[in-house]
Parts: sequence; structure tokens; C-alpha cells
Amino acid sequence: MKRHTSKVALLAGALTAIALGLTACAPGGSAPSGTQSLGPVSKDIGSGKVTLTVWDQNTDGGIDDAQKQLNADFEKKYPNVTIKRVSRSFSDLKTTLKLALSGDNPPDVVQANQGYPDMGAFVKAGLLRPVDDYADLYKWNDYYPSSLLKLNSFSADGKKWQGDNLYGVSQTGELVGLFYNKAVLQKAGISSPPTTLDELTADMAAVKAAGSLPLSYGDVEKSPGIHLYGFALSAVAGAQKVNDLVNGSSGSWTGADEVKAAGVVQGWQKSGYITPGANGVSRDAAVASFGKGDAAFLITGTWYLATLAEAPSAKDIGFTALTPAGSDTPVTMGGEGLAWAITSKTKNANAAAAYIDFVTDKNASEVLVKTGNLPTVVPADAVPPTGTVTGDITANYMTISKANGITPYLDYATPTFYDTITAAAQDLVAEKATPQQFGQTLQDDYAAFTKKNG
Amino acid sequence: MTVTANQHERTIDTTARPDSRAAGATSSGRPGRGRRSGRRKRSLVAYLYVLPAFVVFAVFLGWPFIQTVQYSFYDWDGLSPATWAGLSNYLSVFTDSALRGAFGHALILMVFYAVIPVMLGLFLTALISRANALRGMSAFRTILFLPQVIASVVVATIWVSIYSQDGLVNGTLRLLGLDGLARVWLGDYAFALPAIGFVGTWLNIGLCLVLFLSGVGNIQPELFEAARLDGASARREFFSITLPALRGQIAVALTLTIVSALKTFDLVYVTTGGGPGTSTTVPAYEAYNRAFNTGQVGSAAAVAIALTVVIMVVTALISRIQPKDVQ
Repeated sequence: MKRHTSKVALLAGALTAIALGLTACAPGGSAPSGTQSLGPVSKDIGSGKVTLTVWDQNTDGGIDDAQKQLNADFEKKYPNVTIKRVSRSFSDLKTTLKLALSGDNPPDVVQANQGYPDMGAFVKAGLLRPVDDYADLYKWNDYYPSSLLKLNSFSADGKKWQGDNLYGVSQTGELVGLFYNKAVLQKAGISSPPTTLDELTADMAAVKAAGSLPLSYGDVEKSPGIHLYGFALSAVAGAQKVNDLVNGSSGSWTGADEVKAAGVVQGWQKSGYITPGANGVSRDAAVASFGKGDAAFLITGTWYLATLAEAPSAKDIGFTALTPAGSDTPVTMGGEGLAWAITSKTKNANAAAAYIDFVTDKNASEVLVKTGNLPTVVPADAVPPTGTVTGDITANYMTISKANGITPYLDYATPTFYDTITAAAQDLVAEKATPQQFGQTLQDDYAAFTKKNG
Repeated sequence: MTVTANQHERTIDTTARPDSRAAGATSSGRPGRGRRSGRRKRSLVAYLYVLPAFVVFAVFLGWPFIQTVQYSFYDWDGLSPATWAGLSNYLSVFTDSALRGAFGHALILMVFYAVIPVMLGLFLTALISRANALRGMSAFRTILFLPQVIASVVVATIWVSIYSQDGLVNGTLRLLGLDGLARVWLGDYAFALPAIGFVGTWLNIGLCLVLFLSGVGNIQPELFEAARLDGASARREFFSITLPALRGQIAVALTLTIVSALKTFDLVYVTTGGGPGTSTTVPAYEAYNRAFNTGQVGSAAAVAIALTVVIMVVTALISRIQPKDVQ
């Protein structure tokens, strides 16, 4: 019996010791010490041997070709630099970049996703180097529209998105918009694509009456829900309101416009305008079925450009965006590809900045256009012909980005918003939640984050 | 608790009925203090033998486990400094409806992964074991066991296509004129979870059957002969001989299948990602998602620890039906 008690005492002692040890050092180390001291910046990257480790997410056909070519050109221009490229798909990059950045030997250049969950967390932990000094050096402020640079900015403590410090620049532009099939619309007696949300709903009714599927939609991956709702919300509320809502300046997800947009989306479902069982249909399947001419509309991002330009019914496909009340130009969700950022632990910041400028500048944009991509800033002499889906997209992107009519992706709003809104959007489309309940679910997440962030 | 009780009983057993092993031990044992110190030395040497395995365990399991426990008490995004959160991460396992839902789904999956396969396995065993001289038995066994061998991502991908709009299930229903029942199974709020569960049933039934058949093979044929001579029905034979004899195998099958139900991750990750809505989230998926996607490492660690505790408790409970002394 006595032995037994002494064992218990030993165990309790050991546990206490472990517990004390655990509480003594919190995970995550100490807070980054104020502002980082940045060395003098220069376009000159010296002549010593430099190896730049670069993590990008340019894995899809066209953009992968472009990246390979740009890397080769850069190494030709600077023979002393070797690029070590690590290329991962978006979701793989999202999950592994955190670990890579927090290590002792992080990559020099990384593509960081905008918003709180990724770039915000990296900035907060002091892992990214502000690049305002390089922006002056390379004249990025003149080259990019200010609304796009804002998306890549944070306050120095990572708490306020669209803050004062710039943390990177983007290579490609993106828009979520309305792809439409001219042949299917014609069959329903529609000669021109809709310009407002009400017109779109009316056109859907006509298409359904003519016996075709109005909207091809698949949401098993959950992210398309953000695009569907974000597209509708932008067309209802306009650029300023959506931007203020997402960056936390003002507004509420239970506001009149927010609930109205959710109501419109659910109305499409109720009227039978959306692919049946959309929550179990994959996005690729929905895109493929639209590409075959099985539906009148498809709401998705310009990153499907290459797929749709080669689809069986490509010649009938057009692209447009909707104009909200009180705006002269269309407004839709989108922005730019992941920001190319410099890590704070890199020893070759000058070389890293030179590389980033090289893969995003005018020359790089021309390479991107040639490989079937949409660059952040479309070079004036490289605009594709109108009448094709590529031409439609480029024209829309130029108009909308110039008029600052691009609204940010809604999942930037809080670190957990991606999960919240994707699940809520499935509930909305399945009629498991009313538009009001949908807004409340989003608002609960939003309010919790705002409270915590102070 | 049960383990110590068993050991205790076993010690009493060996001293009360000195069988050959016990007798050997007594003859080699020396009386008095010498014996005592000898045993002590022996036990120290024994620790040395255990050491390599223990080091591997400590480095790859023990330390990460302790670290996970540590994380679970913090509010941490995985990068910036953590703040002490006390027990709030554990409290949220009970209060957060998303997490409660995930554990609830795991319980439902247990029915599909464990209860149904074990029942069906027993039923099939009773049938098959009567067909003693069945030709090609090993071929059947291989086929039934096949799902266990295929990589789970492959299994999931196969079932995604089976359940899809124009997949095998809906095709069959339409062929039978049951168009009304056809649906996108993995996108349906009521059927997505059972659909995933059914994949588990399909996966585990072969495992159970193979285990039970080998167990039946170990039963002495004389028992069945005697029962038949006494005029026992097939039903009686099953409940009086087969079922008690299979207790060990049933315990093993239940442990394996229940644990596989509780730690389901790959199937959900590939087929639904927790959707539609949150109707197929499971604890392991939540732990992954929180740690790697939403930057809630503390909460993820608490979910992982809670899941570990549940698995350990369930395993301990199952070990109670295991026969006390397997000779």
C-alpha cells in the first residue's frame, strides 16, 4: 500500500513538472520586436553567387509555362542567381507555407494569399518583410492601381488588412463573373447578356421556360459558394459597401443588401434555375457541362479562361459582369493572384525584390498574355481581340479595375470566414437556412473576430 | 482498472493451481533475500531491453503527444506568440455546436463502421462455416478482404463516382423505375453521412469476416459434432458454441472498426470536405482543418486530445468482453 502511494506521488510530481515546463514556455516564441530594421535597398544585386528559393502556386498549364520561361529569363539576365522553385497547388501551399515560414531557413520569396488567414497571420508573426522601399525603387505605386495594392497591404501588427505597409505585388488579375452561352440565350429569345441582377434573374426564367438549364453550378468543394454569393452581393451592394464590410470598417452581414443578395441566390434555387443537387456536384463537372453548352450561365472566376476557351462550345461563350444601382461600371468580386512577398529572414532581399519585379513587370505581363493568362496590369499593346471569351474577360477586367470596381473575396474577412461562409452557402442553396439566418451565421463569425481583434 | 484486475486474478490462478509453468518457477526460485535481489536485477535488465522501443515511442509519439497537450491549453494561430487559454479549448468541444456535431457524426459512423459489419460478419460466418468444404474459400476471402488493401483515397474516389448524379447508384435506381429516389447522395443533407458510413461498412465487413472465419476454424470440430448428436439446431449451435468462441475475435474486430470510425478522415476529406453545410464533419477532419486552414492550433489540439481520450475509453470498454485468459 505504501509503495502504491509513493508511486502516485511520483506520477503526480512528474505531471506537475511537465505542466510547469509547458506553461513556462508558450508555443510560438516571443512577439516580433517592433519594427524590423531594414537595410538600404538597391537594384544592384551584386555579383556573388545567390540562390533564391521561391515558393509559388503557378501549377496550372498556362501559368506554369509562363513561370518557367520567366525564371529562365531571370537566370539569363543575372547569371550569378540560381532560382530554386517549389511549386504547389493553392490548397497545398496554404497548408504547408505556414510551417515553411516558421522554420529557421524559410524560402526567400513566397506567394502569400491576401487577407487575415494567411498574409495577416504571417505579418502578425513578423515573417514577411514590408516592401514599401522597393515599391518606391521599382515604381510599383505608379504601375499598379491603388485598389489592388491595398489588397496586398496590412498594418505592421497584422491586425488591420488594407493597412499602411505593402507586403507584396501580384502577377495576375482575377475576376469572378458571368460566363454566358450565346446560343442557349438565343434559343430563349435573349439577344444581349444581362447587365443587372434583376435582368439576370429574368433571363434565367426565360431560359428555363425554353427548356434549358439556366445556371450550371457545382459546390461539392465548398469554395464556389463564396463566388456565387460574392458575385450577387457585389451586384446588389456595390464596390464601396462590400469593401468596407470585408475589411471590417463598416456594415453588417445582416444588412438589407446582404440579406437581399442571399435571397436572390436562394430564389434561383427555389425556381429551379440551378443544377439539381448542386452541393454534391463538383465545380469541374459544372464547368464542363457549361462548356458543352448544357446551360445558359456559369458564375465563376477567370481562372477557368483556359478551360473554357478550349471547350466544345467555346465560340458561343461570352463573359460579362453586372452593374449595381448607382454605378456606371460593373462591379464584381475578384482582385489579383497571390502576392509575391519577401520573407523577413531572407539574406538576399535585393535579389528577391529584383526577382519579384522581373516576374510581374510589363515584360512579364506580355509573357503571361501569350500563355493565355490575365496579367494584373494588361499591357496596352497586348490586348486580345474582342468577340472571344479571352477578349471579353480582358476588356471587362481593364474597365472594372480602372474604375476600382473590384470587390475583395469575402473569405478575407476573418481567419475562419472561409469555413463559415462555404458551409453557410451550402445551407443557403439547399434551403436549410433562410437568407436572414445565412446573414446571421456570417455576422456571428465576423463579430467574434472583430471583438477579439479589438 | 480492468487490466490490473485481470493480472491480479491471473496471479491468484497460477498460485492456486500450480501448472507446469508455475512449478518451473518454484523449482528455480531460491528462498530468502537472494531471490528478492535476483528479481530486482532481472527487472532492471528488462528495462534495458525495452529502452530502444521506448526511445522510438518517446521521440515519435510521446513528445508530440505532450506537445499537443500543451498546445491545447493555448490560443495559437500557429505562427505568432500564443496566449494562455486555460480549459476554454476543451470547453468549446462541448459548447461549440460545430465540434459537438463532429463528435455526434463520429458516433453515427460507429454504427456503420462497427455494429453493422460485425453483425453481418457474424451472420455470414454462421452461413459460410456450414459450407465446410467450399471450394475456392481462399479466393472468396481475398476478395472480401480487398477493400482493406486498397488505398483509402482510391476507395473514396471510386465511391464519389458511384454516388454521383449519373453514377452507379442512381443508374440502378433509374433502371428499376425509381427515378424519384435518385439524388446526388453526397450532396444531400440527410443521406451524405449514411452514404459515407456505408463505404465504411463495405470496407470493414471483409475484415470482420476474415477474422471470424479464422476464429471458427480454431473451434474443435468435436464440439459441433457433440452438439449435433444432442440434436441442437443450427441457431442453437451458433449461439452456444460459435458466438462464445468468437468473443476474442469480436473484441478485436470491434476495437479495430470503432477506432477506424472515430478517426475517419480521408474518406470525408476526399468525398465531401465536411459538407453539405457541416453535415459530415468528423473530429479528425476538424482537427486538421483548424490546425492547417483556419489557424486555430489550440482548438485543433484540444479536439485531437478529446478524440484520443474517447478512443482510449472505448477501447478499454471493449477489452471487457475479451475473454480473460486466451490459451
